[in-house]
Amino acid sequence: MLTVRVIPCLDVRGGRVVKGVKFQGLRDAGDPAELAERYEREGADEIVVLDVSATAEERAAACGTVAEVRHAVGIPVTVGGGVRTGDDAGRLLDAGADRVSVNSAAVANPGLVREIADRFGVQCCVVAIDAAATGPGGWEVVTNAGTHRTGIDAVAWSQRCASLGAGEILLTSWDRDGTGSGYDLGLLGAVAGAVRIPVVASGGASGPGHMAEACDAGADAVLAASIFHDGVLTVRDVKRDLERAGVPVRMEGLS
Amino acid sequence: MGGPTVTIVRTGTANTASVVAAFGRLGTRAVLSDDPDAIAGAPMVVLPGVGSFSAGVERLSATGVDRAIIGRVDQNRPTLGICLGMQLFAGSSDESPGVAGLGVIDANATALPGSVSVPQLGWNRIEADPGCRILRNGEVYYANSYKLDAVPVGWRGAMTTHGDRFVGAIERGPVVLCQFHPELSGAFGAGMLGRWIEIAGGVPC
Repeated sequence: MLTVRVIPCLDVRGGRVVKGVKFQGLRDAGDPAELAERYEREGADEIVVLDVSATAEERAAACGTVAEVRHAVGIPVTVGGGVRTGDDAGRLLDAGADRVSVNSAAVANPGLVREIADRFGVQCCVVAIDAAATGPGGWEVVTNAGTHRTGIDAVAWSQRCASLGAGEILLTSWDRDGTGSGYDLGLLGAVAGAVRIPVVASGGASGPGHMAEACDAGADAVLAASIFHDGVLTVRDVKRDLERAGVPVRMEGLS
Repeated sequence: MGGPTVTIVRTGTANTASVVAAFGRLGTRAVLSDDPDAIAGAPMVVLPGVGSFSAGVERLSATGVDRAIIGRVDQNRPTLGICLGMQLFAGSSDESPGVAGLGVIDANATALPGSVSVPQLGWNRIEADPGCRILRNGEVYYANSYKLDAVPVGWRGAMTTHGDRFVGAIERGPVVLCQFHPELSGAFGAGMLGRWIEIAGGVPC
């Protein structure tokens, strides 16, 4: 059966992996290619590379970093940050990304989702949605690294993205990101129940327990950054715990 | 890097960097080409693929690479098709009704069922026919919405289940067609590519 993916996320700024809470107070966490290689050895199912400075500073994601990560690992690499046009996506794919993630630019121009799906395939087209709670059972899309509240309903937006050709939703809870208090399971369940495409849970995990909860809520994959960078838990540790919790994960070569 | 060179068909839509990198890690040089003569004569050829069935067929026929590829498979010369690069060998696909594929395999590519997440993105298990030389049992990475349903006569195969049971890959001598992505399937995928290179190396040009 299809297993749940465990995905370390590398937030990259200026060619280095950084970590911080809500993209503030960033600290250095290492070299992207070295970390990616270590995570593959530990059993990571995919690597996500996000250029956290791209949107705020209006610059294109670093193709050089993508190429280095690509050469280092034999697992899928998804890249996001600052993708505004189909040509931006094409450059990242040429540099070695397997999938490209769009966020703020897709909210401003939903046609971008269709363009990427048509030109590069549905499976290449990931839409990252940052969502913040508006009240019980309600979430709105936030953009531009959390600085702009759009008023757009996050569940309706995820359905629109799927109909435009998105092949996956990378769903980050803006309220939980960096807090370690667990994924927003209500948000996750609402979006996973509304679309047929895979949904990746992001924002708030501090351990395998949170990840198992996310899978129960309907996530097809779980993403985390700081818990892996800090070295407190390896990907292997997390997958063993998920397996014990009854979540199907790829354990081959990890025993 | 010494040894043989693998020729990767430039399809215009597929992200070939992962394939080039995977062969590079195995010490095998990879070159890109859309020249039918070069592809017909190359010791090893990879047909990668993402994008739609109709766009893939159009591109191959526009460059004349379709005949080169069909000829290679008919003559059992070392050829590896990946993902859409496998489905293109079928006669047709529900993804693009009315569009003729390469027709090497008597099959129609069908959609994954509505009961499971689509596209299938992630790692799933393949169970290989014991007679396979290149394919093995293991966990591999998929990114697909369509699939082939049965191993064609004359081939050996490996099956996977995502809602339905479908063909993960087939092999016939040095010809391997994979629905999954060996170049993205970690150590397992690298092992498979290594076996393909080894078997391909024993085939005279």
